[in-house]
Amino acid sequence: MSTGGWITMILSVGFVVTMFGWSMGKVLFGKEPSEKLHSLDSIDTRDTNGE
Amino acid sequence: MVNAIVKEAWTSRLGVILAVAGSAVGLGNFLRFPGLAAKYGSGAFMIAYFTSLLVLGISICWAEWTLGRYAGQKGFHSSPGIFHTLIRHPMGKFIGVLGVIIPVVIYMYYVYIEAWVAGYAYYFLFTDKLSLGGDVAAYKEFWIKYIGANENGFLLSDGGQVIWFLLAVFVVNFIVIFRGLARGIEFFCRWAMPALILLALVVLVRVLTLGTPNPDLPEQSLINGLGFMWNPGHVGDQLLNPELWLAAAGQIFFSLSVGFGVIITYASYLTDKDDVVLSGLTASSANEFCEVALGGMITVPAAFVFLGAAGLAGQGTFGLGFQVLPLVFSQMPVGWLFGGMFFFLLFLAAITSSLSMLQPGIAFMEEGLGLTRKQSVALLGLLTSIGCLFVVYFSKDIKALDTLDFWVGTVCIFIMATVIIVYFGWVMGIERGWREAHKGADIRIPGFFKIIMRYLSPLYLITIFALFVLFNVFGWNPQTGAFTPTSYVSDLVGEHPNDVARMSVALIVVIIVFFLMLIAQAGKRWDGQAADRKKGGGS
Repeated sequence: MSTGGWITMILSVGFVVTMFGWSMGKVLFGKEPSEKLHSLDSIDTRDTNGE
Repeated sequence: MVNAIVKEAWTSRLGVILAVAGSAVGLGNFLRFPGLAAKYGSGAFMIAYFTSLLVLGISICWAEWTLGRYAGQKGFHSSPGIFHTLIRHPMGKFIGVLGVIIPVVIYMYYVYIEAWVAGYAYYFLFTDKLSLGGDVAAYKEFWIKYIGANENGFLLSDGGQVIWFLLAVFVVNFIVIFRGLARGIEFFCRWAMPALILLALVVLVRVLTLGTPNPDLPEQSLINGLGFMWNPGHVGDQLLNPELWLAAAGQIFFSLSVGFGVIITYASYLTDKDDVVLSGLTASSANEFCEVALGGMITVPAAFVFLGAAGLAGQGTFGLGFQVLPLVFSQMPVGWLFGGMFFFLLFLAAITSSLSMLQPGIAFMEEGLGLTRKQSVALLGLLTSIGCLFVVYFSKDIKALDTLDFWVGTVCIFIMATVIIVYFGWVMGIERGWREAHKGADIRIPGFFKIIMRYLSPLYLITIFALFVLFNVFGWNPQTGAFTPTSYVSDLVGEHPNDVARMSVALIVVIIVFFLMLIAQAGKRWDGQAADRKKGGGS
């Protein structure tokens, strides 16, 4: 494996790992809890929940 | 309130991100990307790849999330409904037909491929059917027989074992989709995506510790395998190759599932208090992580270690996945386990994608035709079963699958994505689109993306589409300048047309016409609802 190969691999893998880690970190530990959504909590599919 | 009946919703932000990421992460992440990077020289390829990620992938992704959520606030969750509200013209809703037929038609053949990987996972874990020795020809022969690529109608013959796997994955898909958005798709993706990543990490560790398995062939080492994958080659020369840019942009484009009709539908179940900027970026980066950090480190290096560069030459996505890799795992110590894990993770990647292909159709039938979920699932199940049987029956040289994939899974997606980015940047207007995207946003999109999303993305997309048509339809040879129409054209109108290709295109036309008629019906329903609200003075 050439030096250029190491550089290409480290930069490419490093970039996507950093991007994924940073954005997941913001989602999981950011100001808005990852479990929270403002949309409706209830699910009504009209025919699958006993209605 | 637009619709009197409370419809579906996501229950958590992480859930919707994992569902979108699940839709994006598919077989292409682990089988197609590594092959392309190695083929074109990874240095130049990764430059074109990350440029495309910035200009095409993330930009269109943000536009799609934003437009979907915007229309969802108006009460629409299906692509025709979304375009009905985006384009205030009687014809607007018909543009949305692409957002339904693309996922529905792709499902018809994708679920078949899903059955292949499910079968391979089963064979590795519970049988020794894939212990076929060290000759790749044996694996090729097995695969061709397994999928019936020798003759049409193998379904009716004795050897059609894959049909049982197809039946199983079809049923699992429809059980999950029947449970709904939150209790079905979201619940499934919340465990499937972490499981997929965990399995991939275990297989990655195994690959990275392979060393030099055959001391007689010291050049076939892991380090050389990584070099085969990542050595940059002649970057300057390679960057001048238009085919490289087409391959890189196409990989980003199809891998992220933009222009598919899925993201726009999923995002429509969010409110404008919910973030779409960080969520869109996170889902995209999850896809990139699986593709570059996992797919890029596993597939090609592992194959090189056992087969060398010669064994990898000329292998396409299916060749790599269903001929080379089974050989690699069968030669590896405890290969049955790692092979089983690898194909099971591919199965998870495939099923989280196929599930997402059903929701746009379900959403349309519910809100456009007023069907219950049970009725929608039944109707879509019938429709996709017919299409899938067509693909399975006409299995010779996988011609039906390939034709549907080309015209719907590629050409239609280009058109849909162009519509989305042009609408966002020019019809809605970049300033209004920008404000809409930032409602409830946790992070801000860097300002330079205004220029990218308004000018560069449409221009780049149209250029790539033009290159695609030149190469893959007209068969342009940049070296000679000659045009030789590809088989996708000559199969339809050439001197020796292919009946299966013609029937496949006829099937596409029938499906489009069928859905256009349903959309016309849905339009009447939506107009009636709007008139009722006006009469009642409702909002």
